[in-house]
Amino acid sequence: MYGSEDLELNRRHLMAGASACAVVTACPSASWAATESTSDSVTSKVSLTVNGTSHEIDIDTRTTLLDAVREHLHLTGAKKGCDHGQCGACTMIVDGRRINSCLTLAVMHQGDAITTIEGLGKPGNLHPMQAAFVKHDGYQCGFCTPGQICSGVAVLEEIKAGIPSHVTADLNATSAITADEIRERMSGNICRCGAYSNIVDAMTEVAGRQA
Amino acid sequence: MKSFTYERASSPAEAAASVLRVPGAKFIAGGTNLLDLMKLQVETPTHLVDVNGLDLDTIEPTEEGGLRIGALVRNTDLAADLRVRRGYGVLSRALLSGASGQLRNKATTAGNLLQRTRCPYFYDTAQPCNKRQPGSGCSAIGGISRQLAVVGASEACIATHPGDMAVAMRVLDANVETVNDKGDTRTIPIAEFHRLPGDTPEIETNLRPGELITAVTLPKPVSGMHVYRKVRDRASYAFALISIAGIVQRDGTGRIAVGGVAPKPWRDEAAEAELPKGAKAATERLFAGAKPTHDNAYKLKLTERALGAVLSEARA
Repeated sequence: MYGSEDLELNRRHLMAGASACAVVTACPSASWAATESTSDSVTSKVSLTVNGTSHEIDIDTRTTLLDAVREHLHLTGAKKGCDHGQCGACTMIVDGRRINSCLTLAVMHQGDAITTIEGLGKPGNLHPMQAAFVKHDGYQCGFCTPGQICSGVAVLEEIKAGIPSHVTADLNATSAITADEIRERMSGNICRCGAYSNIVDAMTEVAGRQA
Repeated sequence: MKSFTYERASSPAEAAASVLRVPGAKFIAGGTNLLDLMKLQVETPTHLVDVNGLDLDTIEPTEEGGLRIGALVRNTDLAADLRVRRGYGVLSRALLSGASGQLRNKATTAGNLLQRTRCPYFYDTAQPCNKRQPGSGCSAIGGISRQLAVVGASEACIATHPGDMAVAMRVLDANVETVNDKGDTRTIPIAEFHRLPGDTPEIETNLRPGELITAVTLPKPVSGMHVYRKVRDRASYAFALISIAGIVQRDGTGRIAVGGVAPKPWRDEAAEAELPKGAKAATERLFAGAKPTHDNAYKLKLTERALGAVLSEARA
């Protein structure tokens, strides 16, 4: 729970024309991604905890979590694909759960623990899922990969937590980690290069190691 | 996206009061549908009241032997709840057939009931749409209507309710609990929650201005085979062309609600009485008065065949 006392709203009247452009340039928060040629902008302070580090930012209320992380915190691992929750490229893990960061507002995440691909592992110290994607060629162009990996890590946790899926035959039994289960649970992550079978292989290997 | 002010609600009645007080205000919970529509400027709220901090996210037993599901219970948690899996399998199945894992983690019970249609003309702000802009006309009538309603629609609108969860809620005879700005509560049976479009397709539910959903209650479990059969263009992560939520007995009796065919989950007790005679008789009664278009007339046959499969499964 969070209270309303830690929330400050601030309505600024932005001038149209050239000066509006200057504001946009000076303030990446009002980036191309979120703002149109509107005359009013409302900003709000929010504290985002991303990969263990807390950041206090003052942003336009329209800013999605994805835009806040990419444009303000400059963590560009999570990608903007469709920006409508259809492709999964923006998937982040928030309070232990994978979500589409493009379909949630940054101001709604005061105090939440947010993990992006940058927080899972680093070059030289890869998360097992990252290493398995490399080993199995779970990508080609790589654009969807940060979302696939965040989703993949969370999917194995969901199965471990006993959450059933559409293909789980018996709702009252534990679901096994099968290719069918992985495919169904990963359907919110689109890969236009078609690396799906290798992604299933990578996840299967990590699941086996965990078991 | 249009600019808006934002506040975090501290109590359900206060949230209701805020939405009532500020013209153009809306509640936001999971946000998965609202933000999608705001980006397209189909929805342009001036003020958002964030209800996520309210204490409405638990599932509790009721005195009648049923369950009270808090408005903020996420789709994932509702589908995975052991009491729901054991006693209300049709609900778990419906939830798990909808959306993606990421969306189910965010989408809430109340928000799911309130989701807007996926009619392509509702989404396209360059096209007339009576639901989006009352009086502008319906582009779907005479347009591409393959996914749209065959029954319950009107001359003003042929959009469908797109959801899966509400179809299961309808077959379970759920009740929607609400609160208003004064703290008064009321209960709306799910059958009366969604409205048919008539000449006001922009009004989709019988909620009053500012009224906030606090919970959905389920009566005690009904035994029988719980099934949710969804037919769609992809094996996963697609809206229903048609879907059947059923609780069916071995003798072929039971209750069914159909999704993807109407502006609300479609159930008719007279059609259920025909179930022992088979899928054809029941479907004919269910679709009495249907006015399909050339593009979506297939839904009648598809429903009959899907129902036939459900009935054979129950008898097996």
